[in-house]
Amino acid sequence: MAQFHRQLFKRPPIAPLDYTRKAWMRLWVGATLLFLYAPLLVLMVFSFNDSKRNAVWKGFTFKYYEKAFANSSLVDAMVNSLTIALFATIVSVVLGALAGVLLWRFRFPFKSAVEGVMSLPIIVPEICLGVAMLIFFAKIDWPTGMPWPLNLSAITIAHITFCFPFVAMVVRSRMASFNREQEEAAKDLGASEWQTFRDILLPHMKPGLIAGALLAFTLSLDDFVITFFTSGPDTVTFPVKVYSMVRFSVTPEVNAASTILILLTIALTALALKVQGVKGIAETH
Amino acid sequence: MAEPIIQIRNVTKRFGKVAAVDNVSLEIMAGEFFVLLGPSGCGKTTLLRMIAGFELPTEGEILIDGQDMAGIPPNKRPVNMVFQSYAVFPHMTVADNVAYGLKIAGVGRGEREERVREALQLVSLAGFEDRKPDQMSGGQRQRVALARSLVMKPKVLLLDEPLSALDAKLRAQMQFELSELQDHVGITFVTVTHDQDEALSMAGRIAVMNKGEVAQMATPSDLYEYPANRFVADFVGSVNLFEGKLTLDEPDRAAVDCAGLGKVYLNHGVTGPHGADVWIALRPEKIYLHVPGDGKAIRAAAQDAPDDHNLARGVIKGMSYLGDITLFEIQLDNGAKIRVSRPNLSRRDQEDFTWDDRVSMHWRADSPVVLLS
Amino acid sequence: MALQDWKQHKRPFAAIASGPLLWLFLFFLVPMTIVWLYSFGQNSGPADINITGTLDNYKRATEWLYLSIFGKSLAVAALVTLICLVIGFPVAMAITFAPEKWRPWLLVAIMLPFWTNLLIRTYALMMLMGSNGYANQGLGAMWEGASWLKTMVGLQPLEAWTPVQLLYNNFAVVLGLVYVHLPFMVLPLYSALDRLDKSLIEASLDLGAGHLKTLFTIVVPLAGPGIMAGVMITLIPALGAYLTPDLMGGTDSQMIANVIERQFKRANDWPFGAALSFLLIYAMFILVALQSLRGDRTKTGER
Repeated sequence: MAQFHRQLFKRPPIAPLDYTRKAWMRLWVGATLLFLYAPLLVLMVFSFNDSKRNAVWKGFTFKYYEKAFANSSLVDAMVNSLTIALFATIVSVVLGALAGVLLWRFRFPFKSAVEGVMSLPIIVPEICLGVAMLIFFAKIDWPTGMPWPLNLSAITIAHITFCFPFVAMVVRSRMASFNREQEEAAKDLGASEWQTFRDILLPHMKPGLIAGALLAFTLSLDDFVITFFTSGPDTVTFPVKVYSMVRFSVTPEVNAASTILILLTIALTALALKVQGVKGIAETH
Repeated sequence: MAEPIIQIRNVTKRFGKVAAVDNVSLEIMAGEFFVLLGPSGCGKTTLLRMIAGFELPTEGEILIDGQDMAGIPPNKRPVNMVFQSYAVFPHMTVADNVAYGLKIAGVGRGEREERVREALQLVSLAGFEDRKPDQMSGGQRQRVALARSLVMKPKVLLLDEPLSALDAKLRAQMQFELSELQDHVGITFVTVTHDQDEALSMAGRIAVMNKGEVAQMATPSDLYEYPANRFVADFVGSVNLFEGKLTLDEPDRAAVDCAGLGKVYLNHGVTGPHGADVWIALRPEKIYLHVPGDGKAIRAAAQDAPDDHNLARGVIKGMSYLGDITLFEIQLDNGAKIRVSRPNLSRRDQEDFTWDDRVSMHWRADSPVVLLS
Repeated sequence: MALQDWKQHKRPFAAIASGPLLWLFLFFLVPMTIVWLYSFGQNSGPADINITGTLDNYKRATEWLYLSIFGKSLAVAALVTLICLVIGFPVAMAITFAPEKWRPWLLVAIMLPFWTNLLIRTYALMMLMGSNGYANQGLGAMWEGASWLKTMVGLQPLEAWTPVQLLYNNFAVVLGLVYVHLPFMVLPLYSALDRLDKSLIEASLDLGAGHLKTLFTIVVPLAGPGIMAGVMITLIPALGAYLTPDLMGGTDSQMIANVIERQFKRANDWPFGAALSFLLIYAMFILVALQSLRGDRTKTGER
């Protein structure tokens, strides 16, 4: 009986490379995840708190969601953000795919210079890019006061500038795993240049395009600094709106609006997981 | 060859519900060249890694030099390993690689350099001290891995598929070199391989593994000539297997009636019940090929077997000329297929038979093996 | 695989290259050049800037005040990077050696905060660290506990707990930056460790080295490029961070990005702001150059 118990409850021994099964390692990972998630969880829980203060639980309520949805400037900001993100994503994916293919496929003069410049929007600090966009649009007298959604064009252009190099990077690294013999095989079987592109290259590129699109969408939705410099009074985006709310008066509406955005992020992640599988997502990074 | 250096007692290793190694017990003697042979996934590498300490048995115990290894981490075990990928540290020179273990063991600089020099000489890499691994060929990297382990003077050297990454010529050469090296240093070698040629040519003893269990443990020639079961007969070398019934079983003779091969006579007894279902294993090189009707076959077979025994007839359906031998695939008159190999003793021997020739075959009474499982 | 020469495929090359290159030129290089030119200019009217080729803006940037802010930004970014490395390395190790079926989920768990809006994450952290937030309540509870222990052994109890100021100081800025940048560090570390041949670690253990010794003689040197990538990917945005010091910092925790912002939004001294921007960009260039120099050296060393 004792033998049986030992058999039943004995956990397999920890082998030398089972680092993940060592207690301190698990504690470390757990603590890190707690550090990363606890603030977000508290924020989400307190968006349902029936109190102006963020510290004491007073009971469950939806009233701050109602307030957030009734706050037209907040809703407008959200709509602006999503619109910008949508347009920025579409253009970034096209430009990024072209740029990725360009660098993957061709040999041309000053290639390394082009590569370097292409990676600059990624390395240059956001603040510097924001400043540059501010000066640029002021200098060329970019029309302001246009009707919606044209008034968002300056912000959208700025977003595309820093989003599409990321897409190019993702697409290029995806294309690196492409076996060019597949392309030769297609041509050997009679496919034209265009048919080869459509039937062979594009399907291989697709996971890269999806990953790039998700990346561009989140980067655009996420951006505060560059938008802060390019937005005017009538082109407030969600992060800029939240910033001013946090800066000047903390209201529980921010919790509610933030929770919605977090849920949107989770939904996008889930969508990405569904499209590409957990492994695919992990590999694109 | 007296003392067991490794004792494996009822060792089982489960990954989840799957038993990779299933209740294996075996002893490896000091100074022998022991090979674990089996197809991929048979548990041989898991067993080797358990000896090294990288996997821990779910049940059972492993003793090295009489000492129980439970709870002893790999870095405290008196064994060293040559990895399949060689695992030569790419950021260190050859000399630093070989000296690594000695440095950790606290061996002084003078002795260390001396031993590194000796070890590199042993694997014929003298003069390569300052090279980096990526400046060397696969074969040379393997020698570095060998030297790095041998310099530690382990009680047992474990080799995980040591030759699998080398090309055919180099592999044949290294088989000899490894045997010689083992002879020279006198350290017990335990090698894992899926390649039967490698196992037969190097090993003193072989344990054939299948589905986590030891199918047979024997010397190379015993393994080949006296396989214990169909798996071993089929895995080691090439074999014709026929199902049959035991019709005669006496101490000095036996007969099996095979539906495929006909009547088979053996000049030794088998311990099986009369009428039992058995299998006959007959190696291709132990079958003689004749032009039918020359009578020689019948006379030759009759020398040690009764009439109508150890004889078969058929038509050649396939042929492959391999230089030293020619391999024939013959369809017997009852439809069964048999493989026969024939040495090309002279330069024109391969012209004796060709496709669609009718042939007759015979084999000696001590050639077939009766298998009960 | 051989690359195609643009000369032999001029049409597809033009079709593919023109879009991205034109965009990059119009909406990146031109704006950057304007900033660069402005940094040699001076204000000549309320909205008028004369590019005179003066170096006054750069001279002013070398004043002690700005130099010290630069130095402080660098120090904060370096400290943040170090903390991220120390926290992130074991996490990356744990993910690398986690069972096959957990690994992708652990990665997603690390990436999800990385995808969540930066502002929201900063705000969430601020909420937790406010004077009535949970961090303070937790500290308060510990204080009470200590006080209770003291009375138990017959000593005077501690004086009543007063909430400490966790926000609006340098500590908050460092913590906030670590919070925001930790995923940046873990992912490149993981991909470097994942590429590492596990049998190298086993070989080291097999030759008698302990786990720590193996970590420092085998794992760290071989994961070196990945560690450098993680360091750069954390250091560069941390150095240019604007939001975290702005929201979580106090009056004395301004970083260089906040100073730049002030020149444009409040002080209205665009030429000086442009000069500071370019100094920050030059600092990035130096960091990137240092890294690629290091990369080149290890590459040639291996060959």
